Amino acid sequence: MAAGLHRAAAQPPSCQPGSLIEKAMAANDLPTGRTLAADTVRRRIRIATAVALALSLVLVWRFYVLQVSQYERYQTLSLDNHIRIQALPPVRGLVLDRNGVVLAQNTAVHILQVVPEKVDDLDTMLREVDALVGLTPGEISAFRKRLKKHPAFEKILLKAKLDDVQTATFAVNEYRFPGVTLEAVLHRDYPEGILTAHVLGYVGRISERDQARLDASSYQGVRSTGKIGIEKQYEGALLGRSGFEQVEIDAHGRTLRTINRNSAVPGHSLSLTLDIDLQRVAREALGNRLGAVVAMDPASGEILTMVSSPSFDPNLFVDGIDQASYDALRELDDRPLLNRALYGRYAPGSTIKPVIASAVIDAGVNPQERVYCPGWFTLPDHTRRYRCWRKTGHGPMNLHGAIEESCDVYFYEMGRRLGIDVMAKVLSGFGLGRITGVDLPQEPSGLVPTPQWKRASRNEPWYPGEDLITVIGQGFLMATPIQLAQMTATLANRGIPVRPRILLSEEDPLSGEKFSPPQTQASGQEADRVVDTELDQIIRAMTDVMHSPRGTGRASGRRSPYPIAGKTGTAQVIAIGQDEDYDESVLPKKFHDHALFIAFAPVEKPQIAIAVVVEHGGSGAKAAAPIARKVMDRFFLKRLQRAALADKSNDFG
Amino acid sequence: MISGRALRLDGPLVIALLFLSALGLVVIFSASGADWDVMIRQGIRLGVSLLAMVILAQVSPETLRRLSPHLFLIGLVALLGVLFIGVAAKGAQRWLDLGLVRFQPSELMKLAVPMAVAWMLTRGRLPPGFVTVLAALMVTLIPAGLVVVQPDLGTGIMLIISGMIVVFLAGIRWHHIMMLLAALAALAPFLWSRLDGYQQQRILTLFDPFADPLGSGYQIIQAQIAIGSAGIWGKGWLEGSQSHLEFIPERSTDFIFAVFAEEFGLMGVLMLVILYLFIVGRCLVMAYSTRETYSRLLMGALAMTFFFYLFVNLGMVSGILPTVGVPLPLVSYGGTSMLTLMAGFGMIMGMHSRRRLMT
Repeated sequence: MAAGLHRAAAQPPSCQPGSLIEKAMAANDLPTGRTLAADTVRRRIRIATAVALALSLVLVWRFYVLQVSQYERYQTLSLDNHIRIQALPPVRGLVLDRNGVVLAQNTAVHILQVVPEKVDDLDTMLREVDALVGLTPGEISAFRKRLKKHPAFEKILLKAKLDDVQTATFAVNEYRFPGVTLEAVLHRDYPEGILTAHVLGYVGRISERDQARLDASSYQGVRSTGKIGIEKQYEGALLGRSGFEQVEIDAHGRTLRTINRNSAVPGHSLSLTLDIDLQRVAREALGNRLGAVVAMDPASGEILTMVSSPSFDPNLFVDGIDQASYDALRELDDRPLLNRALYGRYAPGSTIKPVIASAVIDAGVNPQERVYCPGWFTLPDHTRRYRCWRKTGHGPMNLHGAIEESCDVYFYEMGRRLGIDVMAKVLSGFGLGRITGVDLPQEPSGLVPTPQWKRASRNEPWYPGEDLITVIGQGFLMATPIQLAQMTATLANRGIPVRPRILLSEEDPLSGEKFSPPQTQASGQEADRVVDTELDQIIRAMTDVMHSPRGTGRASGRRSPYPIAGKTGTAQVIAIGQDEDYDESVLPKKFHDHALFIAFAPVEKPQIAIAVVVEHGGSGAKAAAPIARKVMDRFFLKRLQRAALADKSNDFG
Repeated sequence: MISGRALRLDGPLVIALLFLSALGLVVIFSASGADWDVMIRQGIRLGVSLLAMVILAQVSPETLRRLSPHLFLIGLVALLGVLFIGVAAKGAQRWLDLGLVRFQPSELMKLAVPMAVAWMLTRGRLPPGFVTVLAALMVTLIPAGLVVVQPDLGTGIMLIISGMIVVFLAGIRWHHIMMLLAALAALAPFLWSRLDGYQQQRILTLFDPFADPLGSGYQIIQAQIAIGSAGIWGKGWLEGSQSHLEFIPERSTDFIFAVFAEEFGLMGVLMLVILYLFIVGRCLVMAYSTRETYSRLLMGALAMTFFFYLFVNLGMVSGILPTVGVPLPLVSYGGTSMLTLMAGFGMIMGMHSRRRLMT
């Protein structure tokens, strides 16, 4: 009972410090604390020993359960284990345009994979494979990087895309490379490439960041996932469901035969509202200029065209673009990876004047009231001159003329009378400063400034001059091309907003069952009307923009077989000083004005609404309007052809 | 063992360690698919580790004690270095691959944490007061946190266990233990939310591995099939069908015990557990008979940490603990952990050989 004695001896001093025993111990010249401590430690070591024994019994019990009690169950399972389960990746859904043209498909390609632990000497293997089929430095460094991140028994990609000759060459020599396998896989392919890059996006190899986000069990055997655009937005529909295959394997783990197969379920194919023909026309019309075109059906919100220039080849991204090419794309000043149609934020310039005009009428201003335009405007009690784009002035202007000829002075006066709050309200009513709700990822909202916003974000008051800058679509006001297209569609709908969308329908390729996306709110409901005013007189003015001899867009409205309502816009990129003139010939290109244009047609029962932005294009009438005209011409030509075709078949029928 | 005494080694312990390591080589030979290269490489590592053990056995407890805080600070700086260099320059790992044995600061910490905690606690009166306990907790949690974010959850957990064992052996009062446990319970939901999705999945998988048989449950299921199908006597060396058909991922490293259990059955498991317990027990006896408190704390802590390696690994392989990456001590393939463990045993024997020289 040594332990008991120790305990008895140890306790009193800890209860009563300075007791006799402690003194006695001190007299004995024993370091008191240490001895007591030593005793405690010994006791604790005994407890620890007991814990270790108890935990060991738990382990032994566990192994007893596995190896004795449940032996027969696991015995059976292990025999079954000559059968290995392999994941079968699903075929990703196709993406088609509205007329059934294939925009994204899957093609079979051969890849080389390596199980590192089965390779005797990696360096020799790499050298010999390189001699045989050629490996780029990028492929080798990417392989080495993956090598570090994956366990040695896992398959690691070595070369992503072998052509026919390389495939054949390797196939004959495969026996020389244990651990290196040639496999046929489906590979995402975008036949229209740069035409659809921004809207469609692309798939890429599943990265570590994706892994954290994605549910691993839905991605069994799947190597890539949608990174941006439609491929990301509709990942769930496109992905499909992995299948499983039970295969019998021999003692070396080689597949002998397939026993059972639970086929993968292919992803749904998507039809988009895009018309690849219009897409091509818009792209060619933009040429090598920077900018964006968005056209939509104002009634349904279906987006017919969404083009951003410059573009890139999405096929580069499918196998994981190498870092150098990616950096090159990213660092270009032109930023080809940016979808300007969705993410580009531009001052809308004069294109918002029809919207402001609706607020002017709503506010009770007589549309016939004339404002004299001498070429500039000053606020009462201020000396600063706000200039009209026409230096010589427009003379007396009413609402109609001010839209037709885009008179800034008329709108300066109206901006002064309305004030920022009224303007902000009507601009948001037409969708600026809010996301349009289009079915693409991470849409930005643009900005409609208010005094509250300015106070909160910059801690500055709102100056009256900023009313004037805002009314002509400059200053803090920022809109994306898709917002401008939505605003135009709302005008075309006589004030009834619509939500743009890109998915036309989704189809299950197995059952042939079609799903349409749920009709979104804010489409064609009279109750949703954003202004009280009938917009007819504003639309008449917009028609005169295109078709009257004084209209700013007349050059692009000339000889149009269908009536167009439009509005030009030119947005300054830099501030021009009080006494300076804007002279394009002396300014560097990057300071040239952005050219904008919005239009819809036909004026009655509109079928297409379009917004065009050309960065540094100069004037909206010269640079942007012709692009819109080309797209609209093509659109109506196709309608006519289709109608004629239908007539003909009726004749035969 | 005259020469053993001269080298300050403990005969029974060295024999048990050699026996266990040799067994490890045999299992690795099987797990690697009878690959001589792998076994020879591991054999060289074993040799280096034994050398480290002998060298460490020569260091006096007083030196170890004096070095404790310095070693801890060096380890802490190195851990921070890994954290930052790991972000800045990926090429920094290359020189590690060239060496025979890789240096990882987290391995150094496996020794430095218990040393530092023992050093700290023995500076004051024992049993430690609450403030001292909290300080010891910090000394443990800071390096463990740095290791967990590397990320290496398994080693981080083992660091915490080693530090806490020292505190326990030093006689932390039971009501303090209760308070710490209560605090842990209160923090549990927060810690759970901090775990990565896959880590949460691993814990959930424990309760129902068949919920995701091809994903997170795969490893556990395959390991259990391998173990369970072995029965009492096992399938025989190099005959484990599950291991050799490559159903078990990481069969040379963290899951090597599944290979062993498949080939040697419950008898083999019992024998191996007894061998481990003998090593742990021998070390605890040595700790018990050592008089100086620092030595005794450190020896006890190293021995118990060694036991917890075994417990966590076997628990994980047999499916009663979540899959955290903890190797089977002295058996799993890989040199760093073996080097640290052998160095620890060297220290234990060195302290024991001088047990009478200290007060």
